[in-house]
Amino acid sequence: MRPSDRTVRFVFKPTVFLASLGPFVYLVWAAYGGHLSANPLGDLTNETGVWTLRFLCITLAITPLRKLSGWNPFVKFRRMAGLFAFFYGTLHLMTYAIADRFAGLEQAGGWVDSLSGGHLPGAALVSSTLTAMAKSIGEDIYKRPFITLGFAAWLTMLPLAITSTAGWIRRLGGKRWNRLHKLVYLTGILGPLHYWWLVKADVSRPIAYASMVAVLLGARVYWSRARRAAAPARAPAARVRA
Amino acid sequence: MLIKPAADLRSSDITDKNVYLNRREFLGATAATTAAVVAGVLGSEAFVRAATPAPHGRKLENVKKTPFGADEKPNKWEDITTYNNYYEFGIDKDSPSMFARNLKTEPWTVAIDGECAKKGNMPLDDLLKGETLEERIYRHRCVEAWSMVIPWVGFPLANLIKKCEPTSKAKYVEFTTFFDTKQMSARTSAIRYPYVEGLRLDEAMHPLTIMAVGLYGEVIPNQDGAPMRLVVPWKYGFKHIKSVARIRFVEKQPTNTWQDQASSEYGFYANVNPSVDHPRWSQATERRIGEFLRRKTQMFNGYGDQVASLYAGTDLKRNF
Repeated sequence: MRPSDRTVRFVFKPTVFLASLGPFVYLVWAAYGGHLSANPLGDLTNETGVWTLRFLCITLAITPLRKLSGWNPFVKFRRMAGLFAFFYGTLHLMTYAIADRFAGLEQAGGWVDSLSGGHLPGAALVSSTLTAMAKSIGEDIYKRPFITLGFAAWLTMLPLAITSTAGWIRRLGGKRWNRLHKLVYLTGILGPLHYWWLVKADVSRPIAYASMVAVLLGARVYWSRARRAAAPARAPAARVRA
Repeated sequence: MLIKPAADLRSSDITDKNVYLNRREFLGATAATTAAVVAGVLGSEAFVRAATPAPHGRKLENVKKTPFGADEKPNKWEDITTYNNYYEFGIDKDSPSMFARNLKTEPWTVAIDGECAKKGNMPLDDLLKGETLEERIYRHRCVEAWSMVIPWVGFPLANLIKKCEPTSKAKYVEFTTFFDTKQMSARTSAIRYPYVEGLRLDEAMHPLTIMAVGLYGEVIPNQDGAPMRLVVPWKYGFKHIKSVARIRFVEKQPTNTWQDQASSEYGFYANVNPSVDHPRWSQATERRIGEFLRRKTQMFNGYGDQVASLYAGTDLKRNF
């Protein structure tokens, strides 16, 4: 027996939501309690990155799962999974910006001094920090290819996160919205490449993510070919509305 | 042999206020140091296989204190022994601390060969005979842009090299790490084993270069390269080959493992140099483990006074 819509909405979705927050809660707890390694900032950067890739794979797996299982409510989890990929991706970008870039700035010492003294930094410090941060991150994106890829991957998720609401689907219209959200395929390619380029020697983990994405995107190519082959038999309008 | 420790430029390091306030203890420690030095000079041998239990294992006896790193605060034992790159035991930083305990380090022999008079399999005890173990608190800079301060215990590599009597043809020293798939959980796909490193003979003979057999006055743990590992403080960590099983004197520059792996990223020299970036890590700054603010990386890791002359006239951008 299949679960009712009510069960999906009031039981499954909150459960999946809380479970998806799990890695974040764990990382906050572990960082706060000192349960990470000798380099906790490095751990936070790695873990948020890996969870971004995992949620990206989950997001890309939902449509194939729906097709294979025939259980349509799967699609109700797609937006949530995608937004969690963006959430972990944004945390990843933030840990990089703070631990890798900000902590290396001349201005960082001033921030630590004023915050540990219990007051907010002055306007001059804030503005010079912002300028220095922009320069530091900009140079890094230009200089280090794996940073370029990672930043590009995050950028591809940004419009998708913004337009993830029902209002935006209405405003753009289903067809255009669908086309825009195909950008996630690019995220799926850029993410594992970013990881691959970063790893020093053993590339088995980046390969695992790249293969997963390859299978998930490959399935779409296969189905779209099959659909095209069968196209004359179907009414094209039906596809647009779906 | 008198070696002056490098001056660290950080003003906060000149005299720590706590050190100043605790100067009586400091004087006491100095007296103890002098006593230890006297004991060392009087010829008590350094025994790595010491019997006294220590907080984490076994204590080394008669370790001579040195002024190295007096201005630095060493990282915690836990930092140094759970955050390691030793791919033979896995690629994660905590893998070596979990899997290296199976490595059998006693008895240990080092194969000495190549361009030298004294070839053969030398028991480690023979190599250590007559050596005075010294504590050297060195800065350690990884190519991955993190760093630590480590209180090594060891002896100058130059002493070991002299025992081997290298011939005039010996221009480089090649080191090989022990490798045994039965004792090491390595994924052979990661890098090619056994791990190989090399130094120019004058780098190897430099008084800063040591073979470490201890950490914090205790026998060095397996994950840090037991029973004997190289320490060259002005070079990136990957030069500091662990668990040395073979030393070979050669005429031509050896190909070290990481250079073999990716020659555009890792060179033979691997001198710490903030102005030559690695494609993946900017080398301008570093995260000292335990700190939030990144430190500016110093040329030759701050040991330039002592080692820069080794590279006079060398293009360090090309010979990275």
